[in-house]
Amino acid sequence: MLAGRMGAVRRAAIEQQIQVGMTFDAEDFVEVSQVHLMADTESLGESGVAYLESIAALSEEERCVRVPTVTDPRGIDLCAYQKLNQDEHLAELERRTIVAMQTMGILMTDTCINYQTIMPPVRGEHLAFGDTGSTIYANSVCGARSNFEGGPAALAAAFTGRVPRYGCHLEGGRRGTHLFEVEERPGNLSDWGALGALIGQRTGSYWTVPVIAGIDQAPTSDELKHFGAALASYGSVPLFHMPGITPEAEDVESMFDHRPPDPEVITRSDMDAFYASFGRHEDKVDVVVFAAPQLSLVEMQDVARLLEGRQVHEQSALLIATSPENKSACDRMGITDSIESSGAMLLKGVCFYQMYARELGEANGWQRLVSNSAKLVNIISGYGYRPVLASTEACIDAAVKGRM
Amino acid sequence: MGERRIKGHVGVGGKASGIALVARDNFSARYDLDRLKGVFSRPAHALHGQSYVNTVLVLHTAKGGVATSWMLREMKSRGMAPAALLLNLGNPIMAQGAAFAELAFMDRFEVDITDAIQSGDHVSVDPQAGLVIVG
Repeated sequence: MLAGRMGAVRRAAIEQQIQVGMTFDAEDFVEVSQVHLMADTESLGESGVAYLESIAALSEEERCVRVPTVTDPRGIDLCAYQKLNQDEHLAELERRTIVAMQTMGILMTDTCINYQTIMPPVRGEHLAFGDTGSTIYANSVCGARSNFEGGPAALAAAFTGRVPRYGCHLEGGRRGTHLFEVEERPGNLSDWGALGALIGQRTGSYWTVPVIAGIDQAPTSDELKHFGAALASYGSVPLFHMPGITPEAEDVESMFDHRPPDPEVITRSDMDAFYASFGRHEDKVDVVVFAAPQLSLVEMQDVARLLEGRQVHEQSALLIATSPENKSACDRMGITDSIESSGAMLLKGVCFYQMYARELGEANGWQRLVSNSAKLVNIISGYGYRPVLASTEACIDAAVKGRM
Repeated sequence: MGERRIKGHVGVGGKASGIALVARDNFSARYDLDRLKGVFSRPAHALHGQSYVNTVLVLHTAKGGVATSWMLREMKSRGMAPAALLLNLGNPIMAQGAAFAELAFMDRFEVDITDAIQSGDHVSVDPQAGLVIVG
């Protein structure tokens, strides 16, 4: 590959991977069985789209990926962008990207919950996952092995079929570094997100591995999804262990090379203070968002039930994002009709913060945002929003009343 | 004061230089920046409102999501990128993004880099040698 006998794209990819590997003292490469590619048009920009098109224009031998490659959410839902007052040129950029990626043999799954909906990772499987939420879930809940592979790095892995072996691919990179004790089991999805955020704030580096004790009963996949997504978002952390719950963690002691550190306790008042840090929108709510991560089929059903017989307030908007596969299931099962009859918008294959959130807010006059996603409320203030974290029920109430 | 040489881990990209913009805060291109205007846009960020274009940007750690890895190249293609990025502690995303963008990136210095460099200092960066020169 390095000699260029497999084409210029694979040579550039392996060169890029060698540079990254040297930076993190990798001794060799490890083959991967799946790639999850983050390449939304907002991040790509015109230059990134042109880059993908330049690869797609090559011969089939040169342009095609070597391992199964699935995509993270897109920047535009082509069925909904007009209703959201998004520009036609953004949709055109999206269409060009889709053509280029399909020509490269990439599967357009457009989801960040591929571990729930496409092909759940297996313990010990080496991967190149490209969303922090999908990576932390694959590493921690499934026991698979992946570093954060950002868009260009995941694409490089798709072309070379391997990644530099460092960090989460190594046994030593998966040992506990911090110990946390949870005083009170989180009660709902936003609580799980808040717990992830609090631990993320206290770890704060990619190279830390928090071990979380005190969770006695197995959380659901959705609970761990919100927890992991928030932990990865606030702390840039790719891996956690929950003794007795996650597959690599039998007990606290075995997760540490030496005596476990004294645990840092996360209390109910820490959780309350976290919620309070966002305040409340008592005057008016512009937009309520369920996304980041995309909703599972079970979450979709919950939202539909909570909306039953109710209407979204005329001065507010309610957006719900899920994967294309889940959207099809919702269509088939009557969940879509039930949600849309309330005036809410169901979006597929996108996620709120990856769909030009700044322009979206400006075009629709949205600033005061409410979400049950701790990850979303972390990201979105940089895009000109004033976010508030609330439970799923409180989010629906806010959408219906138009205020909190 | 003469030149000061600071060693760090071997990094990514070619030599670069510029005027330093320093804060003991963290970095994510998606979370913190208005990439069209070239300024820090996250209200809680220590550099809120300041332009990072063509600076040697010196911050504490990498944080947040994976988007930065596409964004650095996109910013550079419009002439709206920093000249170099120095962090006390980076992560894979920053290294991957810098490799793709051909942007100078280094981390893991012998000192706290956010103390060792002041905003306004002239800084030269040689990632392949793992060396930063101030002054």
